[in-house]
Amino acid sequence: MKILVCITHVPDTTSRISFTDNDQKFDANGVQFIIGPYDDYALARAVELKEQAGGNITVLNVGGVETEPTIRKALAIGADEAIRVNAEPTDSLFVANEIAKVAKDGNYDLILMGRESIDFNGGMVHGMVGEILGIPSLSPVMTLEIEGDTAKIAREIEGGKEFIEVKMPFVAGCQEPIAEWKIPNMRGIMSARTKPLNVVEPSVNQSGTALQKFVMPPAKGAIKMVDADNVAELVTLLKNEAKVL
Amino acid sequence: MSSILVFVESADGRIKKSSLEAIAFAHAMGGEVTAIAFGNEVSQDELSGLGNFGATKVLHINDEKLNQGVIQAYASGIAQAMEKIGADVLVLANSSLGNPVSARVAIKMDASLVSNVTELPSTDGGFSVKRSIYTGKAFANVELTKAKKILAIRKNAAEVKELGGSANVEVFSANFNDADFSAKITSTEKATGDILLPEAEIVVSGGRGLKGSENWGMIEELAKELGAATGCSKPVSDMGWRPHHEHVGQTGVKVSPQLYIAIGISGAIQHLAGVNSSKNIVVINKDPEAPFFKAADYGIVGDAFEVIPKLTEAIKAAK
Repeated sequence: MKILVCITHVPDTTSRISFTDNDQKFDANGVQFIIGPYDDYALARAVELKEQAGGNITVLNVGGVETEPTIRKALAIGADEAIRVNAEPTDSLFVANEIAKVAKDGNYDLILMGRESIDFNGGMVHGMVGEILGIPSLSPVMTLEIEGDTAKIAREIEGGKEFIEVKMPFVAGCQEPIAEWKIPNMRGIMSARTKPLNVVEPSVNQSGTALQKFVMPPAKGAIKMVDADNVAELVTLLKNEAKVL
Repeated sequence: MSSILVFVESADGRIKKSSLEAIAFAHAMGGEVTAIAFGNEVSQDELSGLGNFGATKVLHINDEKLNQGVIQAYASGIAQAMEKIGADVLVLANSSLGNPVSARVAIKMDASLVSNVTELPSTDGGFSVKRSIYTGKAFANVELTKAKKILAIRKNAAEVKELGGSANVEVFSANFNDADFSAKITSTEKATGDILLPEAEIVVSGGRGLKGSENWGMIEELAKELGAATGCSKPVSDMGWRPHHEHVGQTGVKVSPQLYIAIGISGAIQHLAGVNSSKNIVVINKDPEAPFFKAADYGIVGDAFEVIPKLTEAIKAAK
C-alpha cells in the first residue's frame, strides 16, 4: 500500500500569536514549530497501517526550506521518504493543487492529512484534493480500518458518528482518536537523516484568495468575581448585565 | 444585484439553526437568496418557512438517497443549483458536512472559498471577509479574488431575524452519477433530543475537577435548567468520562455560544482555543490561580460540588 501523508508546519499550540510588517506577516520570532497535531494523527495511523499490512509512506509538505526540520521529524516517526513542494503556501486552493499534482504523479492508494491546519483552520484542503483527483474525500475521520481494497471509516458529525465504507483510493482528513501520537525513537531520528527528501518546485501556482491583513482580537475586559456563597448574584449579572439568560 | 445560494442542513426533519444563520447572513449581504435542501425528511412547511428568514426560493432535491450527508452528491447538487440560478455566491454554515462539501464545490465551480467567516463581507475595493485563524487567537481579512465566491460562516456571524414571508419551494432534479455515491454511509450513531454542542447558545462544560463520570449528573441538571449543551475538557474525553464529540478545545469542537460556563477546568491554552469566541465566559474553579479566570467575564472561586447545585437552584428561582 502506498500512503501519502500531507503535513503542515505550524506554531506549537501554546504559542502566543503576533504579527509584523504592518500586520501582513506572522511573527515567527521565538515560536516553536511542530507537525500539525491533526496531521500527526494521520501520520501515526499511516505508520500503524504500514506495520499491519506493509507498504510505503511518503510525507509531503508545501513550504519553504524552514519546514525541513518538521519534515525530518515525520521521517523519524516512520515515513519512508519525503517531498517538499518549495513554495510559500498562500491558501487552501494553492496547497490542494500542489498536493493533487504530487498525488497524481505518485499513484497513492491512500492520502491522509489532518482535518485542518491549526494556523488557518481552513479544513478545506482534503476536500479540494479529492475533487481535483475525482476521488472521495472524508473528514473528520475518527477511525480508519483497511480490509483488502476497502476502508471502514467513522466520521464525526455533530452529536455523533457516521460509519462509511469506501474503496481506495480516497482522501481522509484525520483527527483523534484515529491513532496515538508517536514519539520518534533514537533509531528513527538517526535513520531520518539519510531518508530521501526531494524538493520539487510548485507546478500549479494558483490561489483563490489574497491576504489583506491580520487582526488581533479586542482585549478582554476585567473579570467580575462573585462570592461562592452568593451564587444568586451571578444569575442576576447574567440576566441583567450580560443579558444571556 | 447578486444571486446567492445558501446550503441548508436539517436534523430530525428541522432546518438547523446554523443554516438559518446562513440564510440571515445571505439576506444581510443583500441580493436574491435561494436555499438548497436535500432529502425527503423535511416538510414543505419547514422549507417554505425559510422565507421568514430571508430566502425567496428553495430548491429541494427531495431524493431519499440524500437523507444522509453524502458529501460528493451534495457537492454535485449544489454546483448544479449554482449553475441553474446563476449564483455568484454560496453561503453555508461551517459544519462537519458543510466544510467537506464546500471544498468540493469550490473546485467544481472554480470559486474562491473562505471558511470560519465571522462578519459580513466588505465590498470596498474588492470583496473581502474577516475570518478567524489560529484557532480563534486572531483574525485575517482576506479578499476573494475569483468571480464566484463561497463563504462558510461561523456561528453568530449573523443574527437570525424573523422577517415574515414564505419562500417558493421548487423540486430540483440534479443529475448524479455512481461516483457521487462511492463512499457509502452504512450507519449513523447519534445522540437524539440533545442540544448539539456547536449549535448551542449556552454551553456548560466540566473538567477534571469533577473527579469522575459519575458526577456528571449535576452538570446535566444545570445544563437542562439553562437549555444548554454539555461539553468537557480534553482529559475528560481522553479518560472516557464523556464521549469525544463533547470535547471542546484546540483538537475538539470549537464553540462560540452566548454563554460558556466552565466548571473544574483549569483553562489550558488548548482548551481556551476552543472557547475564546464565546460572548460571555463564566469560570467556576476552586483554585483562584486557575489560568481560565484570566479569560473569563465572571468567576467564582469555590468547590464545584457546592457551587453547581446552588447555581442550578438560583437559576430555577430566577425563572
